[in-house]
Amino acid sequence: MKVVVVAYHQGNILSPLNASVLTASQQFSKQCDVLIIGDKLGQMAQSLGEFPMVENVLVCDHKAYEHQLAENIAQVIHEVAQSYDIILGVSSTLMKDIFPRAAALLDIGLVSDVIEIKSKDHYKRPIYAGNAIANIKDTQKKKMLTIRATAFEKAQPSRDHKANIQSLSIHFEAQHSKFIKTEAPESSRPELTCADIVVSGGRGFGSKENFKQLETFADKLGAAIGASRAAVDAGYVPNDYQVGQTGKIIAPQLYICFGISGAIQHLAGMKDSKVIIAINKDPDAPIFKIADYHYVGDLFEVLATFEKTFK
Amino acid sequence: MKVLVPVKHVIDYNVQIQIKNGKVVKDHVKHSMNPFDEIAVEAALQLKEAKYLTEIHCISIGTNDVIPTLRHGLALGADQAVLIESKDTMDPIHVAKVLAEHIKKEAYDLVIMGKQAIDDDYNQTAQMLAGILNWSQATFASKIHPKKNGLEVTREVDGGLETIAVNLPAVISTDLRLNEPRFATLPNIMKAKSKPLTTIAIDTFKLELKPYFTQATIEEPAQRKAGKEVKSIDDLIKVIKEVTE
Repeated sequence: MKVVVVAYHQGNILSPLNASVLTASQQFSKQCDVLIIGDKLGQMAQSLGEFPMVENVLVCDHKAYEHQLAENIAQVIHEVAQSYDIILGVSSTLMKDIFPRAAALLDIGLVSDVIEIKSKDHYKRPIYAGNAIANIKDTQKKKMLTIRATAFEKAQPSRDHKANIQSLSIHFEAQHSKFIKTEAPESSRPELTCADIVVSGGRGFGSKENFKQLETFADKLGAAIGASRAAVDAGYVPNDYQVGQTGKIIAPQLYICFGISGAIQHLAGMKDSKVIIAINKDPDAPIFKIADYHYVGDLFEVLATFEKTFK
Repeated sequence: MKVLVPVKHVIDYNVQIQIKNGKVVKDHVKHSMNPFDEIAVEAALQLKEAKYLTEIHCISIGTNDVIPTLRHGLALGADQAVLIESKDTMDPIHVAKVLAEHIKKEAYDLVIMGKQAIDDDYNQTAQMLAGILNWSQATFASKIHPKKNGLEVTREVDGGLETIAVNLPAVISTDLRLNEPRFATLPNIMKAKSKPLTTIAIDTFKLELKPYFTQATIEEPAQRKAGKEVKSIDDLIKVIKEVTE
């Protein structure tokens, strides 16, 4: 069984989430190849080649792939996938844009958001915002999956391992779509989906100004910041802070949430966190039903005390 | 210019689902239009109000059970509805194939649809449809701006926003914050009853729709147990220090 993992990178920074997909790949085969597509990829191929299970790194480096438009990236995947049985990638927003289009070109079904691989043709994936788990039987000859990174351990690279690096000259220009611009706020904080600690806030903050108090605390812990849909809807934080069914799915070592009541859609995004601490003034907040520790009280009082304690 | 808005009839957003005998209980459970598709209908309405579009068609695949969702689309302001009759549940790839066949016959210029359905959470159909038709795609849209030769779409991406320009014909999938869908008014609900709703048998498309994979059984997710209450802020600090050290 030949397996290829399509590597995920953003702004030419390799995502640590690929390491989880590499772990998942071993359920199909001990070894795999990695495909990386982009422009000016630099040392990324070498870094991917240090994972012990990686045999070949296929590099598709061309100006045409600079902005990772689904239109032509899917064509590259379609072409490379001809010689593989299993095509894997992480279920990040970017890959969710690209993978289904590539699956359609290949005329195969795509199983997205896989959280467990029971056997080569039996996987599990969450449905209904994680309120149910579907068992998928996939007997297609060629299979394509996106992997929910939080459900798999990260593979460890080894400096002693060097995969073959092979450059591909596959060139597709995007005919119908064109990149205009990105607006990505500069942040020194860790990326939400990869952070060890996430602190998040909800409607309980009451205003954008008040939400800033959470940022101070986050920076003291070196944490990423998340938010509930209510906090995003209220305009306290940008959209990409949202944790939940339709936002980011995360599973940090520690998740501390302030003023989040715990709608099922929010829980879908964070309930796999290792340790959950919830602070809410409502003693019946649903979030308390899944939190390892909870404190009933005023979040501002808590943050003020934290301010003095954590340096 | 004609737009197609695929809409899915799903268990209502506010319903706590039940699992019985390896299946999600659907009988006698409140259903409604998938919320992301409602956003898609609203986007189409706004483009029509801006004179960019002339006609909005809603489409759904299923049995007569999904008609309320099509009628809801009409009540919101769609001009026509199409029901593709099928008893089978379909993978996203097959939904995309059926939609593509219908689109080829009807000559639409644009498809706007929800980025995912809140039942299966696949997030695939729009992208697959664009791939099958070789149309441009703009997924996870949070802003749509009509331009001379197409559309400029701002997309929600990892770590921020991205704007791309797409030529028509195109498929757009809508994210949560593209707009706030309007409510259907009573007069419009009444009017919707007399708007055209066409039924097409799925066999008309002559597609082989054998499932590529099957959803075998559905099970309950592992439940997290409630932990303990921490009585003071000092104890809370102790817990955080223990976990982070």
